[in-house]
Amino acid sequence: MGISRRKFIGGLGALALGPAMGIPGTARGASNKEFAGWPDSQSVLHDITKCIGCRKCESACHRVNHLPDPETSFEDLTVLDQKRRTDADIFTVVNRVDNILPVFVKTQCNHCLEPACASACFVKALEKTPEGAVVYNEKLCVGCRYCMVACPFNIPAYEYHKALAPRVTKCTMCHPRILEGKRPGCVEECPAGALISGTRDELLAYAWDRIRTYPERYVSHVYGEHEMGGTSWLYLSGLPFGQVGMREDLGTKSAPELTSGPLSAVPIVVGLWPVLLTGVYAISKRKEKIAEQEKQAAVADAVDQSKKQAQARMETLRKKWEQEKQSAINFEVKKALEDAAAKDPEPGQSKEDE
Amino acid sequence: MNTLFFTLQDFMVHTKGITYLIMGGILVALPLFWWFLTDRDDENSF
Amino acid sequence: MTDNGTHTDRKWWTPFNVIVGIILAAGAILTVMRFTQGIGAVTNLDNNNAWGLWIGFDLLCGVALAAGGYVTSAACYIFGLKRFHSAVRPAILTAFLGYALVVLALHYDVGRPWRLPYPIFVSQGTSSLLFEVGLCVFLYLTVLFIEFTPAAFEWLGLKKIRALVVKLTLILTIFGVVLSTLHQSSLGALFMIAPSKLHPLWYSGYLPVYFFISSMFAGMSMVIFESTLAHRYLSRHMDDTHHREAPGVALGFAKAAAFVMAGYLGIKLIGIAIDDHWRLLTTGWGMWYLVEVIGFVAFPALLFAMGVRERNLIFVRWAAAWTVLGIVLNRLNISVIAFNYHLPSHERYVPSLMEIGTSVFIVTLGIVIYRFITTRMPVLHEHPDYSAHSPEQKSI
Ligand code: SF4
Ligand code: SF4
Ligand code: SF4
Repeated sequence: MGISRRKFIGGLGALALGPAMGIPGTARGASNKEFAGWPDSQSVLHDITKCIGCRKCESACHRVNHLPDPETSFEDLTVLDQKRRTDADIFTVVNRVDNILPVFVKTQCNHCLEPACASACFVKALEKTPEGAVVYNEKLCVGCRYCMVACPFNIPAYEYHKALAPRVTKCTMCHPRILEGKRPGCVEECPAGALISGTRDELLAYAWDRIRTYPERYVSHVYGEHEMGGTSWLYLSGLPFGQVGMREDLGTKSAPELTSGPLSAVPIVVGLWPVLLTGVYAISKRKEKIAEQEKQAAVADAVDQSKKQAQARMETLRKKWEQEKQSAINFEVKKALEDAAAKDPEPGQSKEDE
Repeated sequence: MNTLFFTLQDFMVHTKGITYLIMGGILVALPLFWWFLTDRDDENSF
Repeated sequence: MTDNGTHTDRKWWTPFNVIVGIILAAGAILTVMRFTQGIGAVTNLDNNNAWGLWIGFDLLCGVALAAGGYVTSAACYIFGLKRFHSAVRPAILTAFLGYALVVLALHYDVGRPWRLPYPIFVSQGTSSLLFEVGLCVFLYLTVLFIEFTPAAFEWLGLKKIRALVVKLTLILTIFGVVLSTLHQSSLGALFMIAPSKLHPLWYSGYLPVYFFISSMFAGMSMVIFESTLAHRYLSRHMDDTHHREAPGVALGFAKAAAFVMAGYLGIKLIGIAIDDHWRLLTTGWGMWYLVEVIGFVAFPALLFAMGVRERNLIFVRWAAAWTVLGIVLNRLNISVIAFNYHLPSHERYVPSLMEIGTSVFIVTLGIVIYRFITTRMPVLHEHPDYSAHSPEQKSI
């Protein structure tokens, strides 16, 4: 499944800004940086063609890691025929992968150079050590199991039946032993030379050397050289890796690369969203204000108008009324004068009038 | 700032850690700046 | 307030109470089992299938359906659509309860729940998208809590502190949208780390965008859906404003949801084109994908559109419920159904009855708390002292 880089950036651009802005490649956190992994870190090479399915590595693993004894003893080779995977107290399993040929594959954590599990862990409980091992810190683990979701090889297991302090468990590449300068337990025990340890560079060179020397014996591929960004556990096989139960469709992109797109989009959202949203707010607020002002202006205008009209009407009314009054007075005066002129007023009568 | 990183994973943890701090800073700074920007709008009335 | 519900001497043996009682009792038993015997005792989870129903439904659907909070408050306070005002409080309450229940559900799902604050306070795994989700959910829960406090303060009669919080409305709303954008999309981005496990039709570089965009119409549909239920069962706690504005809110959100869904269909199509996955559409998984996209996005979008054109609330409500189902289907597809699609069928995960029971228990708990709050606090109605047309309300 090739997940193109273009796809990420497309997603990122749309997430952050919508189609309005073409995001340049620099948006990716680490686009220009190359990380070669820790120098001289330890690795293990598993030569599948040499594995005889004796389960000695399994028992050695249990011993050095003080794991509880399994139900069936390690001498019982019939379990090889069932497909098994790593479990809470089983860090490594050997499976027979071909019904006709005696082909066996040992499975354990591949100690990725850029571990998906560590990239996924939100408390840094998983960590790639300079020595090559990917180790787990039980003191930090919350138990979200995102590491298990993320691991492309389905390696980490969980103690589902513990109520109090369940742990994620997986192969440690015998990190404590490596620190002491010893080889991993399983490597030391392998009687067939199917497991060898050394630095990654040495083992890669050796593996390619084997392929060149015995081209009819091996497929021309070192599994783990590039898978998911490369792993510290490397594999040589005579059959195509797909046929020995190893996924060939993982791609070469490491987990942190897969998530760097969305991770880079996050801060951009924080930088731009508040600005855009405040802008939208300010615009809607301003529109509201203008609408309000216009409304007010209209109302004021209307009030003004009606006031003026009222005044004007009052004015005319008053004028008319005054006119009328005047004419009434004039009329009365005139009438009075006329009356006075017509007859002599009687003194008693006029007194009563007052 | 010259830490040497051997894995992209370590690099990501480091850079994202710093970015998260900056994000927090932005979330505090932007509202304060907006407040500073618009504080006197009412006096100037526009 | 006083005549708004508490006074009725309700009977205890209503069918609702009986069913709720049974579910809560079963939930209590499951809780005891989970915390005394471990996750394995109640779930069908295994080493290949580390995430099941509790993440797929409780976390992913819970968060998506609680998006109504940021959508509604943004519509009202940022975009200035005042007619959504009466819908804001119920939406904020649902969102807050939704997130609180998500966090509660996480206590069941993670192995050591007492360490849930670790990513924020003890050891920051910043390269993880789950860290991003955790941080944002934590912050957003706080924001939602503060956003909801005015209702509680009104109920308790604490005017001064209420006024203070109300002043913060705009900034809280913007924070809410920012945080929601981040964690809604990051929930989708969680799965970008596993291209080899998620079926290519669902895996896409656009996953974060899909999750964010679909959270918008999920939130809107949920607001419509929830108000339909509330109108049926909690009608007597609503005031006239709420009753009057509700159809407008439903039609407005229906219109918006339909258009966002159309856009979503567009970017889904682009996602197929950019990865050249056309051929996969004719496979069995392709059929299932089309059921999701056509049956549960395109169809309800059309139903919404018809409802809006005809002013038909029945259509709108059905479309909302259908869309909510579609979101649940989409989230389950990505986290459970199309996840680990390559495993042989006997290694696939099917949730146990006890897992389902626990999820039902948590949802029921949410309904009970919602009812408790809406029958007491001014959520579906305005508090008489703080009506929307009082001067202090106008300032926001
Ligand atoms: S194989 Fe899986 S568990 Fe091991 S380091 Fe890689 S991602 Fe982690
Ligand atoms: S289960 Fe533990 S180790 Fe795995 S990602 Fe979660 S916190 Fe980290
Ligand atoms: S390296 Fe150690 S822990 Fe890993 S499989 Fe070998 S013995 Fe077991």
